[in-house]
Amino acid sequence: MPDENGKCAVPCTVNGEAVTLHAYPMARLLDVLREELRLTGTKEGCGEGECGACSVLLDGALVNSCLVPILQAEGAQIKTIEGVASGEQLHAVQQAFIECGGAQCGICTPGMVLAAINLLEKNANPDETAIRNGLAGNLCRCTGYIKIFESVVRACQNTEAKS
Amino acid sequence: MTDRQLVGKPVPRKEGRDKVTGQARYIDDLHFPDMLYGVTVRSNAPRGRIQRIEFENDAIPWSELTVVTARDIPGENSVALILLDQPYLADEFVNHREEAVLLLAHPDRHLVEKARRAVRIEIEPLPAIFSIEDSLNRKEVIWGEDNIFKSFQVEKGNVDEVWEGADFIIEGEYQTGAQEQLYIENNGVIALASPEDGVTVWGSMQCPYYVHKALLKLFPLPEEKIRVIQVETGGGFGGKEEYPSMIAGHAALLAWKSGRPVKLVYDRAEDMAATTKRHPSLTKHRTAVTRDGKLLGIEIDFTVDGGAYATLSSVVLSRGTIHAAGPYNCANVRIKSRAVATNAPPHGAFRGFGAPQSIFALERHLNKVAATVGLTPEEFRRRNFLHEGETTATGQVIHEKVDLNGLMERAFELSDYYQKRESFAEANKFSVKKKGIGFASFMHGAGFTGSGEQYLQSVVGVEATTEGRIRILAASTEIGQGTNTIFGQIAAEALKLDYDLIEVAKPDTGNVPNSGPTVASRTVMIVGKLVESAALGLKQTLVQGGFLTEDYTQENFQTACLAYIEKHGALKSFSQYKQPETIRWDDEKYQGDAYGAYAWAVYVAEVTVDPLTYEAHVDDFVALQEVGRVIHPILAAGQIEGGVAQAIGFTLFENVVWQDGRMANSQMTNYIIPTAADIPPIRVFFEETPYAGGPSGAKGIGELPMDGAAPAILNAIEHATGLSFNHVPLMPEALMLEMEKS
Ligand code: FES
Ligand code: FES
Repeated sequence: MPDENGKCAVPCTVNGEAVTLHAYPMARLLDVLREELRLTGTKEGCGEGECGACSVLLDGALVNSCLVPILQAEGAQIKTIEGVASGEQLHAVQQAFIECGGAQCGICTPGMVLAAINLLEKNANPDETAIRNGLAGNLCRCTGYIKIFESVVRACQNTEAKS
Repeated sequence: MTDRQLVGKPVPRKEGRDKVTGQARYIDDLHFPDMLYGVTVRSNAPRGRIQRIEFENDAIPWSELTVVTARDIPGENSVALILLDQPYLADEFVNHREEAVLLLAHPDRHLVEKARRAVRIEIEPLPAIFSIEDSLNRKEVIWGEDNIFKSFQVEKGNVDEVWEGADFIIEGEYQTGAQEQLYIENNGVIALASPEDGVTVWGSMQCPYYVHKALLKLFPLPEEKIRVIQVETGGGFGGKEEYPSMIAGHAALLAWKSGRPVKLVYDRAEDMAATTKRHPSLTKHRTAVTRDGKLLGIEIDFTVDGGAYATLSSVVLSRGTIHAAGPYNCANVRIKSRAVATNAPPHGAFRGFGAPQSIFALERHLNKVAATVGLTPEEFRRRNFLHEGETTATGQVIHEKVDLNGLMERAFELSDYYQKRESFAEANKFSVKKKGIGFASFMHGAGFTGSGEQYLQSVVGVEATTEGRIRILAASTEIGQGTNTIFGQIAAEALKLDYDLIEVAKPDTGNVPNSGPTVASRTVMIVGKLVESAALGLKQTLVQGGFLTEDYTQENFQTACLAYIEKHGALKSFSQYKQPETIRWDDEKYQGDAYGAYAWAVYVAEVTVDPLTYEAHVDDFVALQEVGRVIHPILAAGQIEGGVAQAIGFTLFENVVWQDGRMANSQMTNYIIPTAADIPPIRVFFEETPYAGGPSGAKGIGELPMDGAAPAILNAIEHATGLSFNHVPLMPEALMLEMEKS
């Protein structure tokens, strides 16, 4: 139900924390994350579902948060780039992006890291085609993707080495 | 002393952790209390006279909005760059569809957007022109007396004498289209401005001092009252070289009038439509050769479309002109070139800066020449490659060790060129899909052209901090290419300190000297060299002052710095560029040493053309280059891969659809760049011949990879299909047209 300002209360979990967001029903999840929660790691590249810079995980699925009306987030588990590392400990994918040069200007990186994590959750050892397809919704203008592919492979190797 | 060899090592990117954790703050991530959101109201006609501006829609509280027109400009209404022809806000006339006329700001960004749509600008149309041909024919004169922003003529030998004795004369015409930058972060700035406190701008940009220079004209303020700060920048490629001066001025004007901070960040559609793209080009070649395939004379006519205002077109033209005859030895060369005006938004700097256009033409044309003579493309080039001691088109004697034939053979080995050339031709006779392999050989000059670096006189500082760290002071920006990291490596190696001990100051005109713009593949070679010498100067100061002996440990060094600061207050060392005596350039005749050094490269592309979908796909790509010493192997390879990917986009994907000088497909949905699924393996190889003029022997690298892919791919498509295409982007429609004919 909207309040007197026309805003709705949307309870959900963001990066493991239960929050109640207040936003107009048609507000984009992207804006609410960035403006209300000041989680500015989620970027806007196009606002029309083409670039993936705004990718977040919504109940474990990779979505473009610029296309998600906030009401869809009700009760959902949302993970943004800010929730990927555990404290100082980087996620294997983040570590691999640093080691392999997967981030240049870095503007696509938050979305790309989440896309890679999502890919590895579904397929712990993707081959090259799977990597390419898994990241095809996230545009990068800097790297030519090669170092990003290498980062994903490295993340698998590092994770395997650990387990 | 420990061994701290850092150059050549893949040290971690300085700001890498912030980028992978989402902590890096870009302009749109910053928020100031009381901030207004700005928008730009643009012309709706390609050319005309402004009649009236009306504020429609009574539901909008117009009195709450800050409105800025040309009349509100406190200083000069022109964006200072090379010429002063482009206004910040059109006053009487508009010259392209995206020209800014009016600015609005309000605390509610949704409201201000609604208001933007409710402003009606009535324009009495004037005849406009949209093509190079119409501009050259002066169908309408829209700029100056003849539509020509700038022209050059390069003369070597006497080309008029070669035609008669030539066994073959081969002509060709080549075209390249506009290319949208499509950095993933749009242009954006935040400004604070008042007569008392001056103007401060934070923004996504490549060249803080360009913006500084522009704001100095726009506001009646002394130099020190204008401050420009670069924040984390989400890609540049040249697209944030000049345009930030425009958007920074706009935000500052709104801030000046409202007395509040103003954020002006473009959305994707506006950024694509209004900001600069790669210059479209038209190149005509006429070549004289002997029966045995020796170049006798080259005549090139090169034209770029500059759009409505001069901006950087003259410099883009210059680089394109100088690269037009490539790495070949020919005694007689004439290159005539010009940048012309059309009623499109100004075209601007984009990686390669004119060279990809003229190199495309040359490397396609030489395949035609080779075929006419009856030689393979490689044999023809082998007979004409430039060697040490020979001269380029501008008469520059090549003093470097250059072995283009060796480079080519290695590229062929890496790509299995000879074998594939044959086996593809054989297999194509029977298969539906056609495969081909082709290459291009080329060079790219690093640093500003001619006397440009001398004129810039860049300065870099290195200081010791009271925390015992070393900080580099430079206006060169990190835009993804790795400036912070490389500078850190160079300084650490020069001082024999740990890489982690080096920090790089934020480019802030209030705090760092002018190390020149971040363009022209100059950051490593030119600015990096200054970092090296400033660092050595700092050490020298300590040694001469008796604070340090030559044989020191890191601890000694830190102690010495602190002791020096304790005694003298601060420890800083600056280094300024001095042109080496050996570099000579004649700006009048366009003769001499155009660049301090060149990178040399051979790129090989393998393609499949599908005659059912008319799609050409790049299957494999080998990029081999000689770039001097490689400072950081991962960053360097990343530059090449990224550049090649952009060039593949330029060649096969990226089609700007023009409608009366306006980009009709200003959306990522219908302007397509390569995705992870489209890109071939890009296999990058370096040859390293140290260059004495660069830090640790490095040369420039950033733009080179943009140059060679387009001709290599079209050469491969010709091998696959037998069809000769002479324009990019080559879209499936064009392939279909030709394939159906044959
Ligand atoms: S901003 Fe959401 S997909 Fe581009
Ligand atoms: S790193 Fe710049 S867009 Fe991907």
